[in-house]
This record gives sequence, structure tokens and C-alpha cells, in this order.
Amino acid sequence: MIKKVRPHLSQNERLVFERSSPGKKAYQLPELDVPAVDAAEALGAANVRAAIEGFPEISEVEAMRHFTRLSTWNYAIDHGMYPLGSCTMKYNPRINEVVARTEALAWAHPYQPEALAQGSMAVMAQLEAALAEITGMDAVTLQPAAGAHGELTGILLIRALLEKRGNPRKKILIPDSAHGTNPATAAIAGYAVQNIPSSATGVLDVGALAQIVDKDVAALMVTNPNTLGVFEENIIQAAEILHKKGAMLYMDGANMNALVGIARPGDFGVDVMHLNLHKTFSTPHGGGGPGAGPVAVKKVLEPFLPAPRLKRTGKKWAYDFNRKRSIGRVKAYYGNFGVLVRALAYILAHGGPGLRNATVDAVLNAVYIRKRLEAYYDLPYSQANMHEVVFSDDRQAKLGVRTGDIAKRLIDYGFHPYTVSFPLIVHGALMIEPTETEGKHEIDQFIEAMISIAQEIETDPQLVKTAPHGTRTSRVDEVAAARKPVLRWKPA
Amino acid sequence: MRYLPKSDSERRQMLDACGVSSPEELFAHLPQAVRLGRPLHLAPGISEYEIVQYFRDRAAENGNGYASFLGAGVYHHYRPVLVDTVVSRGEFLTSYTPYQAEIAQGTLTTIFEFQTMICQLTGMDVANASMYDGSTAVPEAAMMAARSTGKGRVLVARSVHPEYREVLLTYARNQGMPVEEFGYDPETGTLDLEDLERKMDDFTAAVIVQTPNFFGIADQVKEAARIAHGRGALLVVVFTEAVSLGILEPPAEADIVAGELQSFAISPSYGGPYAGIIATREKYLRQMPGRLVGQSVDSRGNRAFCLTLATREQHIRREKATSNICTNQALIALMATVFMTVYGKQGLRELAAQNLAKAHYLAGKVKPRFSGPFFNEFVVKVAAVDDLNKQLLKKKIIGGLPLGRFYPELSDSVLLCATEMTKRADMDVVADAILRAATPKEVTA
Repeated sequence: MIKKVRPHLSQNERLVFERSSPGKKAYQLPELDVPAVDAAEALGAANVRAAIEGFPEISEVEAMRHFTRLSTWNYAIDHGMYPLGSCTMKYNPRINEVVARTEALAWAHPYQPEALAQGSMAVMAQLEAALAEITGMDAVTLQPAAGAHGELTGILLIRALLEKRGNPRKKILIPDSAHGTNPATAAIAGYAVQNIPSSATGVLDVGALAQIVDKDVAALMVTNPNTLGVFEENIIQAAEILHKKGAMLYMDGANMNALVGIARPGDFGVDVMHLNLHKTFSTPHGGGGPGAGPVAVKKVLEPFLPAPRLKRTGKKWAYDFNRKRSIGRVKAYYGNFGVLVRALAYILAHGGPGLRNATVDAVLNAVYIRKRLEAYYDLPYSQANMHEVVFSDDRQAKLGVRTGDIAKRLIDYGFHPYTVSFPLIVHGALMIEPTETEGKHEIDQFIEAMISIAQEIETDPQLVKTAPHGTRTSRVDEVAAARKPVLRWKPA
Repeated sequence: MRYLPKSDSERRQMLDACGVSSPEELFAHLPQAVRLGRPLHLAPGISEYEIVQYFRDRAAENGNGYASFLGAGVYHHYRPVLVDTVVSRGEFLTSYTPYQAEIAQGTLTTIFEFQTMICQLTGMDVANASMYDGSTAVPEAAMMAARSTGKGRVLVARSVHPEYREVLLTYARNQGMPVEEFGYDPETGTLDLEDLERKMDDFTAAVIVQTPNFFGIADQVKEAARIAHGRGALLVVVFTEAVSLGILEPPAEADIVAGELQSFAISPSYGGPYAGIIATREKYLRQMPGRLVGQSVDSRGNRAFCLTLATREQHIRREKATSNICTNQALIALMATVFMTVYGKQGLRELAAQNLAKAHYLAGKVKPRFSGPFFNEFVVKVAAVDDLNKQLLKKKIIGGLPLGRFYPELSDSVLLCATEMTKRADMDVVADAILRAATPKEVTA
């Protein structure tokens, strides 16, 4: 029985190009207060383009309706629970949007004189300090644009330090439970990737690690808690093994929502890590970005951080561009400032004690879901979980229904699916992360939906295999899309 | 706390259901040594009102109410109201990457429109769903060229945005990708094609140029393409001022276009978030980094869109992926999409023409240093750069970017930008200040 939703009408809408009609306008420019210029004369006739073929021509009201109608085809956090594991889809407070639009912050040019940018610089300095305290690290760069970009920055920092010590080394160790960005990052940073199998309990096998770490290993990239939502209990020993051989410990902070205020990576041996401000610190995902991926480091890596660095000179903030050991820039200017503002607003709203309370609720929600669903879905790893829980579809697969089908059926119940088929170490994974911003009622409804689907699979598997049924768009043929890619509109 | 939706009794019920007596017990499995045995040293939480006040106070410490002549990769254009209205909708703002196509058609459709508009704008066949920004799109384009050609060297023009070149160097250093720069013509400010020819070899994967270049000049794309293609390299064309594409010939000779869309209704926001793009020819599609949306049908036969060709990407290919990029700049790309829709075919042209007119009005009063054709910014030699800008600040005007920081040979010059937002009266003040600072000989030359 589906209680959370019932169907409602949604408007059809053509592509903007199909709506266009010559001469329609959605803009008006002010009268030019200087003489017009002949483009061919100013630029040279060969440099002047013809009209942009196919570009939109619609009125303002049509533009408004176009995007509004399209928006209604999306599911969003504002609609309900979005339990994507490792994505930390939590509520995005609107105050963050408001303050990011504060005129003199939003319209500050990155090259305006430092004397006229003291407020922007103070915001960044305060965020750096807060993130250093939260992670237990010594210094933070805000330059990276997203998590994967932070990973690259972090690995380049390690490389720079090892180079200074005489040998950048050859490989990065990555557990088989890691996010795909980890190995991709290592490759872009010029390292070979060695995948290391997880232990039977799904965590780092420190015995095996001690055998593997040698003089060729630059670092271990580890997510903690790992992608099973399980805390790597031997992390301190792992760090010791690495450090003894001159290697570094990198932590992927994707799952930091489980630790804020409870444990700090800097206190358990991590040398460098990134944070995803669009996850843990609630800046919105925006349908796939923008994010921000600050990198926090121990003192030994600080000299290598991207330039420029903020510094205090007297009562003023200034930039230090003269950083001889810096890995260089990873991005123009100083970072995704607008995202940084939102993250600081979030930290200010919670405050120190509040951030810890949020972590507690995030873990409570995930543990509660596990307790209530483990009778219905197989739990391949039984250790205590933190902010997320990973089931397998083993039981349902025997009836021909896979995790991807269950996920699609969940849509009919009014929920966004969990993360499907990840981590790879779990066969047919259902990776569920509720976050702290779901209340008991929403979570109970989710649990009821999952139980109901488990029962449907027993009685009517076909219903689940062909889901979703209630959406305006039914299952999309992804194979056809890839076989003959149509990546842009063209006139018929 | 207002963001946490549980009452104490609900929390109690949930703890009971979990079989734990206190919240602390949820963390009992953590080794004692890893636990933080104290509260975070961060102030207690504050109200909405106080948060607004905090950021207003910070904003007051920034410059307020200044007219600005800064461009240099970040431009002050008017943002149509519809842009903010659309991206403020929770359905776009608070949704995830559209992996679940059935409930993400809104985002997927707008990305498909975005990819189409970027193709129309740049003259390329395919465009991706966005990169972090223009600066990171450049090394991604260089790596893409290296994969496509099987070569490893990169030649980059000195007239490409200096910070973009810095980012390129950071990536290239660790890829074993040698990067060499070639110059610009000191008279015209356009590419020094002889220098390019001289430095070109058969191991070069990419020649990277920018148009309008960092000095605002419409550069010689066709000539650069001829030289690059003659030795089997790809031509990467960079742009930072997307509005220029409303009037300038698109870089049709390019193999890869790597650009920045900040000009399309994205507030300067002290350097980000912006949105980069990579567009290319069909034949290089499989080497493209980043997400792509493709058209398909659903099981009922209706047109539908989905993420596609993911076998290039990190979540499938891991260390063999074309890039490590995951999260990109979807919402910012949506802003650009709304902007392009609002201005459209005629509007973008008109907007570009206004920019051209404003910059040429200002340039008509002072003598641009370079003779090459420019769009909405240009370089001027001034007697004392710092003095000039100090004087202007007193008049509530932020002058042009002093170029000495990036080009020692141009330490006597500023880069001035005028857009549709620049007022004639402010331009008159700037021109006056420059003329008064210059020696009479230079003025009349």
C-alpha cells in the first residue's frame, strides 16, 4: 500500500528550441549611452559571426514556464528523503542561499584590491579555521572545486613532499571498496594504482597492509568510515605501518558526516584529507554541482599547499603568493567562494555542539533503518555501522529481482532510490544513507516502503522489475542512448 | 536545532528500537584512541538573523558601491531576474546528479539543452555537461589531446589567462607532460605565429590559444590551426568571455574548445563557483572528460534523456577513466542555460554589440597598447599604474588590472574592461585620469 504519494498531473514541455519562433524576445537592454560601433570595422569582417543558428527565441513568460515545467519533473530533497549512500543528501537551509547572495560578497571580483576584499578574505579565513578544528588538521586550502579535485590536490601534496624527500615513489594503495574517483585521481597524479582487497569483515586488513607497504608506496587512500558505513577500527595501526615506511595516509572525507564532533582524522593518523562541502556541510548539490573540496593537511604538508595562502599582516588579511614549495594552482582564483559562504553559514547555524548532535542523529537514523530492515534484506557485513548501511539483494535476486529494480520501485513509493550496486565488494548492493535531517515519520515510511517491496518481490516480482509505474517517465533505455549517442538537438 | 527534525521522545523511541540506551552507545565500537574527548572549539549555533548580520558585516568590510573596470577572466554583466528565479527552485537546487533518469528529467532536459546551446555557440559537434571552470578545463583539454594523438607535449600561448596556465602546469608536471609557452606580438597583441612555428614539433599533442585572448584581442585561430594541424597536433581554443561569442566568429577550426561561462549570468562571487565547458569534434567524443546527457526513449516510447557514455568516467572505469571529475557545476550550467534562453539569438548579439561599443568608446579616448582587434577589454600603457588606480579608488572606481604581476614586460600597463554595465560617465573619469597621468607625447601619438 503506497501511502506517501499519489499521482498528479504534470505539464508536457517541448525543448526550448522547439518552442522558438523568430523575433520573440525575453530581454530588453538599456539604450546605449555611447555611439554604436560597426562590428566589421572594429573587429574585421572575417571575425564577425553570422547569427547563431538554432539559438532560442522565446518570450519571458514562455521561458518561465519552460523551466518551471521542467523543474517539476525532478525529485529533490525538498520533496522528501533522498537516501543515496555516500552522497549525504541532507536538507539545504535556505539562509545559506540568502547570505551567498549578499551583494558585496556575490559581486566581489577576484582581482579587486585586497583592501576592498577584507570581508571575503575573513570569511575564507574563518572557514579554514573551523574546518581545521573539525578535522583536527593543521592547515586547510579552500581552492579545490569538488571532492575529486580535492583528492587530486591532496595526492599532489603527498607527491611534492615525497619528491622533496628524494623519491616521489610509484604507487597508491586503494581498497577495493573505494569510490571510483580515488583510482582515477591517483592515475591523473601520475601514480600506479594497487587495489587492496578488504578483509572478510569488509575493513582494512592491516596484516596484509604491512606486507604490501614498501618503498614504492606513496600513500594509502582510505575512506573512513568506509563505503560500508563501517569505521576502520585499525586506522591508527594502518597509519603507523605507512609512516614507518615513509608513506602517507590520505583520507577521502566523503563520509565525514559520521564523524564531525565525534572523532577527528587528524587525531587518528591521517596526513591529508578532503571534505565535500556539498555533502557534510549542506551546500546544495544543485543537480550535480557546484561543490567545494577543501583539503586539510598536517603541518608537514603545509608548505606545499596551492598558492596563494591567506595570511594576517597586522590587522589586515593579505595573500601570500610567494610560496616556493607550493604544488601550484589547482584552480583560478581562490576556490568556489559562493559554496564556501554557504558552508560557513551552516557551521555557524549548528555551532560546535550542534554539529555533534547532527552526527549523532545521522548515525541513529542509519542504525535504526538497519535494525528494522535486516529481517527483510541480507546484511553481508555485520559490524556496527555508522551513518549508512549497506544491504545486498542476494535474497531478492533468487526471485529474479535486483537492487536496481528495487530502487526503481522505491520511486513509486515516493522516495528517491538509495545508491545502487555500490560498493563493489557487496554483491547487488543497496547503500542507504538517511542523514540527520530525516525525521522519524519520513524514515518509518521509507522502512515500510522497503518492507512492502520485499513482500511484492515474493508475490509479484514483475511489478518490481518493470517499475516505476507512477512516474511521467518510465524506465529509460540507457543502452540505446549509448549505442547511438544523440547529444544535442538538431532541427528535424 | 531547527535543522534536526526529531523530538526528544521520537529520538528515545528510535534508540529503544535500536536496543541502545544512550546516543553515546551508537559510537561504542569506536576505539577510545580515535575519539575526540572534548567539544569542538566552535561557538554555539546562532539564529538566522545573526547569520545574516554576520555576512552583512563581512560584506561591509569589502568595497561597496565601486564602479569597476576589472575583467581579466571575470566579467560584470547584468543577470536577468529569471536566472535566479529558476535556480532557486528546490527541484533544481536540491536534487542530486541525475543518475535516476525517471525522476530527474528536469535536470537531464536542461543539460541536453545546455549541450546543444554550447555546440551552437562554439561551432563544435558535442559539448559536455560542464567542468569546474575554465581554468581546469584547460588541462583536461590538454590531457584529452594527448590521449587522442598519442603525443605528450603542449604548447600554450602566453596570451592565455595566466592563472589558467598555472593550473595547466600543476596538472602537466605530474603527467610527465612538457609544457612550453610561445609569445605574443608586441605590436598587435596577437599570437607570435613565428614563435609558434619555431617551437612546433612532431611530439606536440596540443597547441592552446585563447580568443579573445587575455589582452581582449580576437586572436588568429585559423593561423594557429594551420600550424598545429600541419604537425599533427590538436588546436585547443580557450575563451573566458563567453559574451564575445555573440558577435565573434566561433573557433570552427579548433579540435577542442575549453571555456568559461561566468559571463552568462554567473555572479563574480570572488572567483567561483563558475562553469567550464569542453566541446569538441565528434571523432574525439570518446576521449572527452565529464558527464554527457543523451537522448533516448522510455519504455512507453516517449522521448527521455539520461546520462550516457559513462564508460569514460571514473565510477565505471576507475583508474582508466578519461578524468577523475565527478561532481561538476550543474546548477551553474543551468544558470547559463537560462541566460542563453533569455537573451537568445538576437539578444546575445545585441549584448555583445553593446559591450563592443562601450569598450571602443573608452578605447577611443585613450590609446590601446596593442593594435589587434579587441572585444570588451584592452591594454593601456600608463605612466604610473599604482598611482592611477589609487586616484581612481578615491573616486569610487576600481581601475583596470595592473599587468605587471603576470607580465613583467607590461608592468607599465593595465587591462581595462567595459561591459554593458559600465557607465559613460565613469569611463570619462577613467580616461581623464589616464590622460592626465600620461606624458603629452604618448597622448598624441
